[in-house]
Amino acid sequence: MSQPFRLNKEGLINRNKKISFTFNGKKLFGYEGDTIASALIANGIHLVGRSFKYHRPRGFFGAGVEEPNAKLQVEFNGHSEPNVNATEMELVEGLSVTSQNCWPSVNFDVGAINNFLKMFFPAGFYYKTFMWPKSFWYKIYEPFIRKAAGLGVASIEKDKERYEHKFEYCDLLVTGSGPSGLASAYAAAKNGAKVILAEDKPRFGGTLLTDDVSIDNLSGKDWAEKIITELKSMPNVTVKNRSQVFGYYDHNMLVMFERVSDHLEKKSKFTPRQRLWYIRAKETILSTGSIERPIVFGNNDTPGIFLSAAAKEYMKVFGVLVGKKPLIFTNNDSAYETALEFKKNNVEPIILDTREEHSSELIDEAKSKGIDIRFSHGVIVANGYKKVKSAKIGKLNKDKNSFEKIETIECDCICVSGFWTPSVHLASQSGNKLKYEEKIDAFIPDKKKQHETSVGAANGSFTLEESLKNGFENGSNLSVKITETKTEITIPNVNEKKYGAHDKFWCMPLPKNENPKRFVDFQNDVSVSDIEIALREGYRSIEHVKRYTTLGMATDQGRTSNLNGLQLVSNIENKIVPEVGHTTFRPPFTPITIGTIVGREVGMEYMPTRKTPMHEWHEKNNAVFVDAGAWKRPRYYKQGNETLFEASKREAKNVRENVGICDVTTLGKIDIKGPDAAEFLNRVYTNAWMKLPVGKARYGLMLREDGIVMDDGTTTRISENHYHMTTTTAQAANVLSHLEYYLQIVWPELNVNVVSTTEQWAGAAIAGPKSRDMLSKLYTDLDVSNDALPFMGYKEAEFFGVPSRIFRISFSGELAYEINVKSDHGMFMWEKMMEVGKEFGNQPYGTEALSTLRIEMGHVAGPELDGRTIPSDVSLNGLVSKKKDFIGKNSLGREAFNVESRQKIVGLIPIDRKSSIPEGSHIVQDQNAKLPNPKLGHVSSSCWSVENNNPFSLAIMKDGKNMIGKKFFAVSPLKNKSIEVEVISSHYVDPEGKRVRS
Amino acid sequence: MLYIKCPYCGLRAQKEFSYGGDATVKRPNINEEVSSEDWDNFVYMRKSPRGKHIELWQHIAGCRQWIKVQRDTATHEIFQTAKVTEEIR
Repeated sequence: MSQPFRLNKEGLINRNKKISFTFNGKKLFGYEGDTIASALIANGIHLVGRSFKYHRPRGFFGAGVEEPNAKLQVEFNGHSEPNVNATEMELVEGLSVTSQNCWPSVNFDVGAINNFLKMFFPAGFYYKTFMWPKSFWYKIYEPFIRKAAGLGVASIEKDKERYEHKFEYCDLLVTGSGPSGLASAYAAAKNGAKVILAEDKPRFGGTLLTDDVSIDNLSGKDWAEKIITELKSMPNVTVKNRSQVFGYYDHNMLVMFERVSDHLEKKSKFTPRQRLWYIRAKETILSTGSIERPIVFGNNDTPGIFLSAAAKEYMKVFGVLVGKKPLIFTNNDSAYETALEFKKNNVEPIILDTREEHSSELIDEAKSKGIDIRFSHGVIVANGYKKVKSAKIGKLNKDKNSFEKIETIECDCICVSGFWTPSVHLASQSGNKLKYEEKIDAFIPDKKKQHETSVGAANGSFTLEESLKNGFENGSNLSVKITETKTEITIPNVNEKKYGAHDKFWCMPLPKNENPKRFVDFQNDVSVSDIEIALREGYRSIEHVKRYTTLGMATDQGRTSNLNGLQLVSNIENKIVPEVGHTTFRPPFTPITIGTIVGREVGMEYMPTRKTPMHEWHEKNNAVFVDAGAWKRPRYYKQGNETLFEASKREAKNVRENVGICDVTTLGKIDIKGPDAAEFLNRVYTNAWMKLPVGKARYGLMLREDGIVMDDGTTTRISENHYHMTTTTAQAANVLSHLEYYLQIVWPELNVNVVSTTEQWAGAAIAGPKSRDMLSKLYTDLDVSNDALPFMGYKEAEFFGVPSRIFRISFSGELAYEINVKSDHGMFMWEKMMEVGKEFGNQPYGTEALSTLRIEMGHVAGPELDGRTIPSDVSLNGLVSKKKDFIGKNSLGREAFNVESRQKIVGLIPIDRKSSIPEGSHIVQDQNAKLPNPKLGHVSSSCWSVENNNPFSLAIMKDGKNMIGKKFFAVSPLKNKSIEVEVISSHYVDPEGKRVRS
Repeated sequence: MLYIKCPYCGLRAQKEFSYGGDATVKRPNINEEVSSEDWDNFVYMRKSPRGKHIELWQHIAGCRQWIKVQRDTATHEIFQTAKVTEEIR
């Protein structure tokens, strides 16, 4: 149970609570407050994974988001998640952690053979190798690449966790709770601004938790705690830890990923796992800090090699030593703090400093503590395969390109520091073109593009004093513009160590005849030689070098590799870094789960479900539903073991012979009112509307301005200035917007109002030869004779005490009516109809039967009005007025619309009268012709004609009307069918339309 | 996601709006003769400028009013919004 690398007292972990977990099956324990990484290191475990390409042993490198290597497969709460960052995920009881990208085990990995074949895997290997022969691609190369690609294994189980989305607005969003972030948030909060402070880590304070500083005589950590406590008590402040702002979008919209409950052992059923925040901030403070850069040297990816600040964080936050014989390799003063921390914990470090012997506050302190410092020194190559055992170090000559002396010294870890890179990702995403700051060899934000202000280390200022001042001032100035309240704040006194200048040194040279891999990008296995190859092969743009070598393209987005890569390119190219430029930073800053992006919009919540008031009845009566947009419509009502085909045939036949009722609530309904309503309809529809009397309905056709049919439906004149328009279910929303467009923009002088009433009315169609008999029983006091209520007539009457509207309109081609009652009465109406209809053989029918009925009548619907047809294509030119102007009229004169051979609607029947014709089939002259076989048209709608008892289809066919009587083939390669068909009229049943008028 | 100031409702998320194309196009008057060329220009011809563009948006999930928005097509900056009856210069 002992943890050999755990210190006795240091750290912010809770030593009173032990947490057990397993790593590759082995049972281990850590403490509450540990990450997976800190717990494993405490147990002396460094080898945790294998690298992407060469399967080299890899350990931990960082202590947070910068980690490129330690991505593990983690099982918890009954699901398995790949690529979990071990340095970020907190330890909870019962975690099962395993290594990725290795087989059979991380200790013995067969794939490591790639490491010995590395001369065969240079940059661009895949591009070069898998190009030929072409036939190898599907069977050999692709499966091979697929198997090799990726790291962990995605779960195939359904994700049972809950994810949420949240929308929030604030005056100031502060991203990061280091010194500058705390100061900004505090100043703005004191000015009364609505502030959100987001911190990625579980603990607030950033570098204040690890740096040896004091503010107003408090330690950095205590000062941070004091400020956070005060912020939390203020009603205008929201403070969030475990929350990563990962994207900066247009108009100051930022997106934040909150890890709500992954760290909890127990949580309530409704606690989400993670939450996505969409935050619209008036101003944003980017206090994202900086990330330490490595120095590149031989075998610099060996487990046991750390960033020096990470080594310090493991000691100060987790009470964990990354090694007991540390070598500190640095080009600047900040690593001396790590050395001093080791010393404080009775570990003797050796410092290798690439700078020549000189003096600074920190160097002097290290010297006075007796630490072994070797100036002009660096690590050439790390020795040890699965863990660092020793290092070959060299004393550099003055040119820093050759060695005065080389020796090997023992060590069990190397802590490397190549100075600091500001985290400018969010600033760059906001549109800020970055500028290169020579003084720190890195990019910092330039001119603002949005309301963003970078402060502290994210802006390139690396002293605490400057960061605090920067934070307080910006927080105050930005908020005072919004709140117009200013609270004076005294900037606190700061005690910190002064750093000397860093050395512009970033890559260790190699002695002659030595050629170990020197990695620039650990996660994608990109080494110095890969970049050299890319440049030798002629890649010049940094964006091309990036794609060819995959430098910086892994999930860590090159946080530790981008600048070193740039330095390398600019050195070889003999350019300065700003000329080479940088690649684009894209969201998300850190990987986020797919579940969070999707949020609650899964399963039934994927989109709203619209149900008609009669839905429950349909459900109880074995309706099988079909989606019509968001609506659920009965497709057919299943009796016994009926198939779709049998049921729809039965339902359609019953309408033709007796009577049936259909739920038509989903049709779009628009109420149109105003003195100019008639004139408006006259402009919207192709046919004449000025003379429609009150109490009459009319079928209307609507075009787009380009002459293409937009929608059709009936509109009824309810009273002098009041019309009721119906649209197809699918086009309801578009038609309303279309009408509003013309009323608001094109003809504002027309005094007309439109409003959707689709959901206000429940509708049922009664269709069939016995529908009038049934209607007379539904309205016993009403004269429903052909004279009193003729085709296209309209009446208002009470339906068993409930107000209703009766329209004599027909989609089925039979004698038919549509009854509307207020939605609340829909179920009442439906049940009454079922009751009263019994004696007439009434049966409900679904959309499948409805389609059959309209297809064999030759009535067009969505499949024919497909955004490519004009009125004459679908035999509706009789509805196009020659006398008046309307929307789209001018387009109908276009030449292509009027050529003789233009497509027209026709009917098709199979020669054998048996084979049904698949919708979407192409009509061709010769089924065996050489490809490309000229296409003469396509099958738009198909049904089994219940009237004639054989298949029948509608088709849109070139020169259609002149093809009647001729034979063709309807070919569907998708269904592997070719059916010989004869072209007939599209009106297969009752071509004169006698029934609707009967 | 854009943040659009509806002249009737105030600042609202882009989610509530739907895009409606170039706002400077004028439909030829109804019942008036129009040349084929003018008609084609109205129906089909649109500029696709990089930079300032006056366009129509409809506040479909709000007040349902069509509005004018002057937006930079490259940076998405919105300079001005107005009712359709108002001019944007």
